[in-house]
Amino acid sequence: MQRIGVFVCHCGSNIAATVDVKKVVEMVLLEPGVVHAEDYQYMCSEAGQAKIGAAIADKKLTGIVVCSCSPRMHEATFRKCAERYGLNPYMVEIANIREHCSWIHKDMQEATEKAVILARAAIAKVNLNAPLQAGESRVTKRALVIGGGIAGIQTALDIADAGYEVDIVEKTPSIGGRMSQLDKTFPTLDCSACILTPKMVDAAGHPNINIYTYSEVEKVSGFVGDFTVDIRKKARSVDATKCTGCGVCQEKCPSKKTPSEFNRGLGNRSAIYTPFAQAIPNVPVIDREACLKFKTGKCGVCEKVCQAGAIDYAQQDEIITEKYGAIVVATGFDTIKLDQYDEYAYNQSKDVITSLELERIMNAAGPTKGHLERLSDGKAPKEIVFVQCVGSRCSDDRGKPYCSKICCMYTAKHAMLIRDKYPDVNVTVFYIDVRTPGKNFDEFYRRAVEEYGVNYIKGQVGKVAPQPDGSLLVQASDLLDNKQIKMKADMVVLATAIEPNQGVRNIATMLTASIDTNNFLTEAHPKLRPVESPTAGVFLSGVCQGPKDIPETVAQAGAAAVKVIGLLAKDKLTTNPCTAKPDELLCNGCGNCAKVCPYGAITYEVRQVNDHGIREDRRLANVNSALCQGCGACTVTCPSGAMDLQGFSNRQLIAEVDAICR
Amino acid sequence: MSINNEFRPKIVAFCCNWCSYAGADLAGSSRLAYPADVKIIRVPCSCRVNPMFILRAFEKGADGVILCGCHPGDCHYSTGNYYARRRMTLLFSMLDYMGVENGRTRVEWVSAAEGVKFSTTMNEFVEKIRSLGENVRLGDLRCKN
Repeated sequence: MQRIGVFVCHCGSNIAATVDVKKVVEMVLLEPGVVHAEDYQYMCSEAGQAKIGAAIADKKLTGIVVCSCSPRMHEATFRKCAERYGLNPYMVEIANIREHCSWIHKDMQEATEKAVILARAAIAKVNLNAPLQAGESRVTKRALVIGGGIAGIQTALDIADAGYEVDIVEKTPSIGGRMSQLDKTFPTLDCSACILTPKMVDAAGHPNINIYTYSEVEKVSGFVGDFTVDIRKKARSVDATKCTGCGVCQEKCPSKKTPSEFNRGLGNRSAIYTPFAQAIPNVPVIDREACLKFKTGKCGVCEKVCQAGAIDYAQQDEIITEKYGAIVVATGFDTIKLDQYDEYAYNQSKDVITSLELERIMNAAGPTKGHLERLSDGKAPKEIVFVQCVGSRCSDDRGKPYCSKICCMYTAKHAMLIRDKYPDVNVTVFYIDVRTPGKNFDEFYRRAVEEYGVNYIKGQVGKVAPQPDGSLLVQASDLLDNKQIKMKADMVVLATAIEPNQGVRNIATMLTASIDTNNFLTEAHPKLRPVESPTAGVFLSGVCQGPKDIPETVAQAGAAAVKVIGLLAKDKLTTNPCTAKPDELLCNGCGNCAKVCPYGAITYEVRQVNDHGIREDRRLANVNSALCQGCGACTVTCPSGAMDLQGFSNRQLIAEVDAICR
Repeated sequence: MSINNEFRPKIVAFCCNWCSYAGADLAGSSRLAYPADVKIIRVPCSCRVNPMFILRAFEKGADGVILCGCHPGDCHYSTGNYYARRRMTLLFSMLDYMGVENGRTRVEWVSAAEGVKFSTTMNEFVEKIRSLGENVRLGDLRCKN
């Protein structure tokens, strides 16, 4: 029998307001094995931990139960505390009486009874705990960054500057991401390319950074410190070692009718292309679906004009297998599809555009060379209407429930830039709320209204109707004056909601990183561990974690890099000792456990066993504890009950069931 | 357990550490109430739950058992919840055959971000068990206090 101490935390009033902690102390003292119980205001504080330490020494405790917040919050804290006072850290169990009890129940009697039962379950479990020793595993001192936008570039640069090697895998033919499509950035109005392209160049030239563009992560195995990743390097059809980036192939290519992804489909590109002039690497890609050579077998113009002899139609996809210690997801975002928003006539009129399309129109390198013009007839618009919250903060399932966060600010930016360059153009913004939390953000918005005379109307746009004369009739409600508005516009710009990039779900599945209902990756803790995924060794950077603007993205990218550096700086990691362990006397070597193990941690070997005095050679399961991650699939599969999971053993879990059902 | 002679079911909820237990934590920190009848046992993965544990719970007088894990495809261990799903399908049909109604057992996928779903699921489940009443089929009379 263990000598158990139970420590009941008040958590200020978080627990104590609904759970009678004194009563819990009184009740747990009646449990077998409990030799000590006390309550304290904040068990996790230094004073609280000192109380645990004193009790371990005075009462010669062999196991402790802390009735407090979720083990996901402070299990590690209390394990460390136990270890500091000479108790094996795995002799600690947590009864979650905050998240699972005091915070969800109102009735004190009911909550107290439940807290006692949860404590009993933890006591029953700790009675069966055994000291465990954490093992060690090695760390591959190399990081992988998935996504080559500003988030990925910044993370890679910071890791590389600390002296570790980093690979960036980017799906498109160039790094740069969404930011490379932007014209100006708020709230300083500096040019996006001017601050991004030097970073792209730095990344490409950094001795510790290796960039795989036009490549995708295909398979991930392993765990923190030791991931093995397959990267598919798609066939570029151009030999990057020979190409000089002269651009003649793109000029001469006869197939020029493919909508340019970079220009959001507003202009066309050739079949052999770089997405934009400042692309890195400056090596074109042949789009095999558009290329005449691939479609018809005839053409070959690019091959003829390429002086460097870099065109290689026979190039194949290549699979590169690399080892990494840490992986950063920086897959970014896209705007939502507007197919379900018929009321804005986005699909009916060329003059209804998204804000990202407006960025391309405003950009000097864009489809209109930076001239503000209607895409339908090329005329200069006189009346522009901006519609905020298109698909953001949406209660139905056409859109997204969250605020996309960047739209208020970029709309103010667009409105201001238009009024600055074309003072005779009227700009009206329909908004639900204007949200400007950020340094110099509200000042920026007020300048748009006060200095630039942008007309802000609080109200929702109900309908945009294309008129026979080519204009657009905007019907909206003015919520402050409580009236309906009908106005003509030449152009309507939709602040379209953003969502995580397509493909992030697939990446999350490969990484076993969790994802929320909106496809944003989940943090290990929303406040305390915002750049780590719950999966050890996987980190989050940029909008893949939640909507954010460029400064926030860069800050988070740096934070993720620091976490990676902290990991790569270690030579060894301690592994989770809660691994599977077979009982050699019960094992019959059937092979079922190896079949269900997702890590290939179970092998079989013939060993001599001593079965009650009879020595014989038997085929037995053998668990490689460095590979085992402790899921427990094998324990249930084992027909003879030989396999058990340390820390979550059959007896421990049954003891918990019994305690709850008592 | 009864307060004012009202039937208070005993409900055991097995939650995987990575998704559903975190979902339950989120339900807690979001103050999304569900009845105190539900008691959660943390397991590393839904595939750790041996059918034996569920039988044991019913034997010891549980009125309902629910198993929560990550959504299919999102398992922290890649495939654990698929095993759990198959095992529970078999177990629950056998339990039904033995007279433990299907409503007393349930598998639900709850992600770490689905605090609302966790709370709604538990409210529904408790409601269901209350309507079914006390479980008598597997209870071992020797275990009754």
